[in-house]
Amino acid sequence: MDILVCVKRVPDTSTNEIEVNDAGTDIERDDLVYSINEWDNYAVEEALQIVDRVGGSVTVAAVGDDESDEVLRRAMAMGVENAMLLSGDAFAGLDGRGVATVLQAAAKTKGIDLILTGAQADDGCAQVGGMLAAMLDQPFASLVNMIEVESDKTLKIGREVEGGEQEISRIELPCVLSIQTGINEPRYVGVRGIRKVASVEIPTMDAAALGLTAEALAPQVERLDYFTPEVGAGAEMLEGSTEEMVAKLIEMLQAKGGMK
Amino acid sequence: MTQIFAYIAHKDGVADDTALELLTAAAAIAPNAPVTAIVAGNAPQLDAVAEALAQGFAEVWKFSSDSLAQPNAEIIRPVLASALPAGSIVLMGHDTFAMDMAPGLSIKRDVPFVSDVVGVDGLAGDVLTLVRQEYGGQVSAHVQTNVAGGAVLTLRAGSFAPAEGAGSGQIVDKSGEIGEPAMRRVFLEMAAAEVDDVDISKEDVLVSIGRGIGDEENIEIAQELAEAMGGVVACSRPIVDARWMNRSRQVGTSGQTVKPKVYLACGISGSFQHLGGIKGSPFIVAINTNPKAPIFQAADVGIVADILDFLPELTEAINGE
Repeated sequence: MDILVCVKRVPDTSTNEIEVNDAGTDIERDDLVYSINEWDNYAVEEALQIVDRVGGSVTVAAVGDDESDEVLRRAMAMGVENAMLLSGDAFAGLDGRGVATVLQAAAKTKGIDLILTGAQADDGCAQVGGMLAAMLDQPFASLVNMIEVESDKTLKIGREVEGGEQEISRIELPCVLSIQTGINEPRYVGVRGIRKVASVEIPTMDAAALGLTAEALAPQVERLDYFTPEVGAGAEMLEGSTEEMVAKLIEMLQAKGGMK
Repeated sequence: MTQIFAYIAHKDGVADDTALELLTAAAAIAPNAPVTAIVAGNAPQLDAVAEALAQGFAEVWKFSSDSLAQPNAEIIRPVLASALPAGSIVLMGHDTFAMDMAPGLSIKRDVPFVSDVVGVDGLAGDVLTLVRQEYGGQVSAHVQTNVAGGAVLTLRAGSFAPAEGAGSGQIVDKSGEIGEPAMRRVFLEMAAAEVDDVDISKEDVLVSIGRGIGDEENIEIAQELAEAMGGVVACSRPIVDARWMNRSRQVGTSGQTVKPKVYLACGISGSFQHLGGIKGSPFIVAINTNPKAPIFQAADVGIVADILDFLPELTEAINGE
């Protein structure tokens, strides 16, 4: 099974406080810690596990600037053999559809049986996988949290649906799946592993190499600004020393029946 | 005039709660446009849903087929792509089915797609301005798109107030449009949610932990507090993903919906999926190091602190009394 995994370098929201810059044009990017998009990390691990079981190859692709090569190398340190950096001036300011267009063109450069993306990324749009499938005219499933390879023609998959249930289906290959977190336990990537692949050459492809025109990449959806969300009624914030906050909180908990 | 369609999810013969919220969103986009509801499924449940929706929508399109007994985006997407008139705007709740169907529908119809919309700023000419949230709800953004050729939008549940129904719409049976369904993805079964010895949906006091707990061994800190308060430990998604607790302890739209008297959200940032699981909790206390965490927008009481320091102090104070 030859698998393409689409990955993205994003600000790590679990360690960063994200703030809007003064002009409201972007988030404050100084001092941000970047990492591989969390959902994509599970997708990389899943691809590696599938190939371990049934054979084949894994390729990772990222649309982004030169620094995106850091998430490709991280995937290679996990055991992925091939990487593609899809980068160039024409790819600045793409919307989700533009990203899917680039990935579609890249997917066509290789024989691919299965494409995995993360279920969503930092912008929470959850759109690239579904768009990519439609562009390639392949079946699609989102929020996949289980994959069993039945044959070289079909997969048995589980999707996460509301209320903790799992929808089990059979899907034809080739197909596109967007991967939900928790599908596996992504392996640890050590510094030694990163060092080992530090000097591997990663091929870069731009719009011209992929045969894409500016027209095909023009965004249909544009972000006007960023702003800080309105806080509704908001919480009553407790202040003071830990001791004072603890005392106040206990009083409140007792009043609300939160203490036996 | 802009034609607006609202795709309505349903379960066990009942339309999803978001149905009337989609009507409100439609009115914010085009105040006088009649809105057509779309429902897909199989009889007899589908008929009940269609009739109920006709009380609120001007028109209801019904797509009935045994192949749609379970929601299957791979079957209904191409049907809608050809049945919808050019230039129409399609609205859906941002749920797990919409994630399957909406992005591909926008490509097949060659129209813009905006997902997880939390606000509508209105239409100026053909340009529609919408509000979204990014980075786990830490920042918001205005986005705009030209809808002259139509659009697909998914809307976050609870972001729009439910509308009053307009009454007595007509039901149009569109089942003939389904044709021979594409079967590239076939539903096999629904696997039930895990069960645990503890049912967190029935507890009065939940000490719920998130990423802020840091390490598996720190869960003990939350357990000690829960014991002191006479409650149990629940958690947010990352704790289950890390396999530190069972899925049956997970609070949120993909886990359990809970309504304790007191909900202590400890080191939980508060994604909208998590907040969807605690809507009914009367008293929410949030403890988090990030003062901008979205959980503070939903909480009654907020404490900016590291739970690894704060929870043991709280436990000690409670036990000392």
